[in-house]
Amino acid sequence: MNWLDWLTALMVSAGGFFVFVGGVGAVRMPDLYTRMHATSLTDTLGSLLILVGLMLQSGFTLITLKIVLVAAFLLVTGPTAAYALANAAFLGGQLPEGLQDGASDDGETQP
Amino acid sequence: MIELFGVFLLALAVITAIGVVQARNLFAGVMLMGIFSLLMAATFFLLDAADVALTEAAVGAGISTVLMLSALALSGAEEKARSRSRILALIVVTVTAATVIYATFEKPRLGDPNAPVQQHVAPWYFDMTQEAIEIPNVVTAVLSSFRGYDTLGEVIVVFTAGIGVLFLIGAAAPKGRASPSQGDLPVGLKHHQPIRVVGKLAIPFILLFAFYVQFHGEYSPGGGFQAGALFAAAIILYGMLEGEATALSIIPAPVLFAMSAGGALLFGGVGVVCMLLGGNFLQYDVLLAGSPVGAQQMGIIAIELGVGITVAGTLLSIFFAFATRDQS
Amino acid sequence: MMFAVGAAAVTITMMLALLRALLGPSVYDRVLAVNMLGTKTVLLLALTAFAMGRPDFIDLAITYALINFIGVIAVLQFFYSRDLRKAEERAAKSAHGGAVGPSQAGPQ
Repeated sequence: MNWLDWLTALMVSAGGFFVFVGGVGAVRMPDLYTRMHATSLTDTLGSLLILVGLMLQSGFTLITLKIVLVAAFLLVTGPTAAYALANAAFLGGQLPEGLQDGASDDGETQP
Repeated sequence: MIELFGVFLLALAVITAIGVVQARNLFAGVMLMGIFSLLMAATFFLLDAADVALTEAAVGAGISTVLMLSALALSGAEEKARSRSRILALIVVTVTAATVIYATFEKPRLGDPNAPVQQHVAPWYFDMTQEAIEIPNVVTAVLSSFRGYDTLGEVIVVFTAGIGVLFLIGAAAPKGRASPSQGDLPVGLKHHQPIRVVGKLAIPFILLFAFYVQFHGEYSPGGGFQAGALFAAAIILYGMLEGEATALSIIPAPVLFAMSAGGALLFGGVGVVCMLLGGNFLQYDVLLAGSPVGAQQMGIIAIELGVGITVAGTLLSIFFAFATRDQS
Repeated sequence: MMFAVGAAAVTITMMLALLRALLGPSVYDRVLAVNMLGTKTVLLLALTAFAMGRPDFIDLAITYALINFIGVIAVLQFFYSRDLRKAEERAAKSAHGGAVGPSQAGPQ
């Protein structure tokens, strides 16, 4: 293994770690918004680390260009999907956990 | 190593399937079906069936989720409670499952080179693809040249299914009614700028990629079915962002009908041209005088285009039939 | 080998996402799980394409990245139009109630 392989191994492992942390967050976090916080951030970082790691393996070829396309697409659409989901959930009446009690009290006293 | 991942993904797929059966909320069922499709596509990919995985990605994970959501918008959110006992159904399912599982004991091992399926015509296809067609993707060669009749049948099935859906849910409904519904109601996702901007950025890339899958299908995984579904997905995305009426004003419904019929006609027409030039139906060798290999490639490109046009036209007609019915 | 480590992490994360999709509890959690699983599938395909020595199959990862986005947008459009229809129905009902008996028209 030359240094490029070591670098790939490091990046793929780090990416795998972040992706896994996001998965644990999606299961363990208490409400929707914290779950989204856990997954959307780690998704972006983990995916980029893994894909850059793969780019190092393929050199300057069409394959690298395709991986760049995948990475760019994930980088743009991931946060958009997260924004849209949070927006839809909020408009649909889903409140963050801490806010739930306070909001119902506030709604009575000061509209 | 790879098999281990495959078994793990299949186990997840089984859990998902049980979840789909258990779900009383139809929306949860639709979401789990999407997950099932993703897991199956990953499994297909691990088994080296890249073309099938691509189809599952384009049709199963994308279009069918969209269509099921459109159907869900027209119906209730919860499954109706069934009071009748289902003992008979349970017995039928158990017997069928037991038979299928018993049959798998006789099946050759996965990837066994001595299995009948590897011995019969498969080696001939591999040899002849290199010899007579000279394209790297054997799947495309088998699908569009060696088994051209089957594929023509599939295209006719897609076309017929589209006609059936349009008869059931009525394609002519939005006539003259599309304009008043546009009034003061927010249509599509116009008020959500981030989605709109990113979505519109994505559309040209999806279209470009659809054409790549269409015309590069001889060299890499892909072909007419997948490209048609991707093309339809791009237009559907536009329809969701800008409202169905705007999308329909760009590609009117009659054009979509003409596409679904025209693609199948193009496929059949290539066959008829082959007959007129003195060959058999769909025998591409005669298309180009003096170069059977070039003629084969020409025929494959033409019929793949026909497949793509039919699939795109049919999927879009079905989507718009659902979506415009939703508005009225 | 190095790809297998990443692929294993991604596969286990797919299991966790599936757990979230089965647990719910709200519909939005399920959408989040589907979106997560879509991204994980893209990564798994990219990693296994390299592990199997077929890097040109990365085309499939592109398809997934594109299609997954469309799926999520379709779900959100479904929510928005449903909320819109509910709000319309509520408005129609309250307008109707206001016409019959003004005393009933109160804040909901």
